[in-house]
Amino acid sequence: IQMGLAENQVSFDLLEDYLEKHPEASSTTHNFKENALYQDYHGLKSFRQAMASFMSQIRGGRATFDPDRIVLTAGATAANELLTFILANPGDALLVPTPYYPGFDRDLRWRTGVKIVPIHCDSSTNFQVTKEALQSAYNEAVSMGLKVRAVLITNPSNPLGATVQRVVLEDILDFSVEKNIHLVSDEIYSGSTFSPDEFVSIAEVLNDRGSIQSESERVHIVYSLSKDLGLPGFRVGTIYSYNDAVVTTARRMSSFTLISSQTQHLLACMLSSAEFTENYISKNRERLRRRYEMIIAGLRRAGIECLEGNAGLFCWMNLGPVLVDPTREAELSLWKLILKDVRLNISPGSSCHCSEPGWFRVC
Amino acid sequence: IQMGLAENQLCFDLVENWVKNNPASSICTPEGSSGFKDIAIFQDYHGLPQFRNAVANFMAKVRGDRVKFDPDRIVMAGGATGAHETLAFCVANPGEALLVPTPYYPGFDRDLRWRTGIQLVPIECKSSNKFKLTIEDLEAAYETAKLNNIKVKGLLLTNPSNPLGTILDGETLRSVVAFTNSKSIHLICDEIYSATVFDGDAAEYVSIAEIVDEDRNSNVAPNRLNLDLIHLVYSLSKDMGFPGFRVGIIYSYNDVVVGCARKMSSFGLVSAQTQHLLGSMLADDDFVGEFIAANRRRLSERHRRFTAGLERVGIRCLRSGNAAGLFVWMDLRRMMKEQSVEAETALWKVIIDEVKLNVSPGTSFHCSEPGWFRVC
Repeated sequence: IQMGLAENQVSFDLLEDYLEKHPEASSTTHNFKENALYQDYHGLKSFRQAMASFMSQIRGGRATFDPDRIVLTAGATAANELLTFILANPGDALLVPTPYYPGFDRDLRWRTGVKIVPIHCDSSTNFQVTKEALQSAYNEAVSMGLKVRAVLITNPSNPLGATVQRVVLEDILDFSVEKNIHLVSDEIYSGSTFSPDEFVSIAEVLNDRGSIQSESERVHIVYSLSKDLGLPGFRVGTIYSYNDAVVTTARRMSSFTLISSQTQHLLACMLSSAEFTENYISKNRERLRRRYEMIIAGLRRAGIECLEGNAGLFCWMNLGPVLVDPTREAELSLWKLILKDVRLNISPGSSCHCSEPGWFRVC
Repeated sequence: IQMGLAENQLCFDLVENWVKNNPASSICTPEGSSGFKDIAIFQDYHGLPQFRNAVANFMAKVRGDRVKFDPDRIVMAGGATGAHETLAFCVANPGEALLVPTPYYPGFDRDLRWRTGIQLVPIECKSSNKFKLTIEDLEAAYETAKLNNIKVKGLLLTNPSNPLGTILDGETLRSVVAFTNSKSIHLICDEIYSATVFDGDAAEYVSIAEIVDEDRNSNVAPNRLNLDLIHLVYSLSKDMGFPGFRVGIIYSYNDVVVGCARKMSSFGLVSAQTQHLLGSMLADDDFVGEFIAANRRRLSERHRRFTAGLERVGIRCLRSGNAAGLFVWMDLRRMMKEQSVEAETALWKVIIDEVKLNVSPGTSFHCSEPGWFRVC
């Protein structure tokens, strides 16, 4: 059974319902020619406006987004790579808290030539980043002769399935200011938090601190509809940057990875409907929460504990207690057992660079 | 008036008609919505099989079914823009070079060099032989690069040519391939304008795919070519007029390149919604046949009327054998005060400011001779 793919399949009925009521969302019936010719790297204004408003709704209106700061890319995969090309030179380093999404190893490093230096987190702090861990990672990079260009966090976290606490966000922002580096916040799971109040976006932190330019101009948010809307096939990623030069450069670079105008049109229609989006966001949250609680309860009955999570499409399960010894090798042999005998495909923590053996991501 | 954008707007009536009659090709319509979920979650970088099959079918039809394309060698990219960059990443390292005949599409300077760090070495083609690429010029450019310690990794040809609107004759193409093969350098053929070859000339167009086929099936001396060096770039932006759909295709005869480009396509996949639409449209042989024929006919007719009109006012365009493309290569050398880049720029400004036509000056295409303009 596939439990290794973070796909959101709980809310397709809502999408299909929208389509049934809104035939104009298909560009094949409306303005096909104009849409097929549209290749402007700014992206459809109506789509950017719809995205800005959707992102704001997800944050309960606690942050607003300027459509002209939204740069479109074909998926968050492309958005993260693009930002890395812009913010760092080959040989430079990004600091990334562990455990992290395994795709980052390829997306951030392959063609860019940039390195990842891990910020080690463990269960003693519920895997939340600490000031010490940040400084430690920074020192490690420096000792390897690497120039650190940015911290890249995923909030809510994959694979933890938990939001980053406000105080930790403030620490990371302070750290970025102190070291004069950038802060990239991948908020791809922001619409998948189980309750509307628990997610704090870096956008809110900036707002609450008075939107000081020297702070905001180093902050960039990555978003996508692959997880919250369950549309990974449509390749919809965005970069939201508070830095004008980054917006301009990212926009030009997006030429390599634009979103199909057909898809922009569909989503512009869908996400412009406040009736649809408000209903979707709340129902999606509710359904994800119920599923999560069911899995957690079931695992608990079997004596297995998970990290207390509040977001995402997965849980971070602790099989540490059943490991033969607290080593990566033991974790991997347990994983093989689960794969072959129990026939469940789940992801071992070591594939996410988790420094503490025994944890698994279960979707 | 915008005459600087190479857009194909001539056959939308046919496309819109097809789309109206095939509502299931859209996952948003009642007829197609049952497929919505599966398409929405499909993110496999191999691409939808029906999409790859349809693209392979279309590409074959464009070449009069003289060749077949293997759907498993079709790799997606973010438009031809993404395809070119990906191929450059695959075949060359930072600092290495691709040879490119001039005049060439200005976008190459950014697409091939920006993030890859590779260089472009121009091969200057001259009006005295109608800007046709010669083996002598190719060899000279190759040797000069070598003398300057530039490692040449490949040659990039756009055939049909942008901005010339000409096609390379079979004999020259074969000698070019023999050259790149002998030097063991890559050959990248951008055939983005392959379906814009005019009526009457279509049978004259020789695709690199045909050369490969010839080599494989040769009775006299088969398998002389190292196919690992040959790659094709394609897109639906020009032939079909769908630049907004971002359908870039890499077709490589090199298995390692196919594998690598496919993984890199993660950074620029075609929206599954669009793959689904085109997977259906381009599999319809009746539509495809009608489209290709009408496209050629209408483009030739427009071209004929336009060049005739220019001729009436004494302006000549490049006439070199067979023609194609969405533009003409206009010769305004006689109108310049002197044969210089400055004079061309001054003339261009007059055309923009006073005549109010946006045309593209030859120097932006790295043309070695001032006075030529691309008019779409």
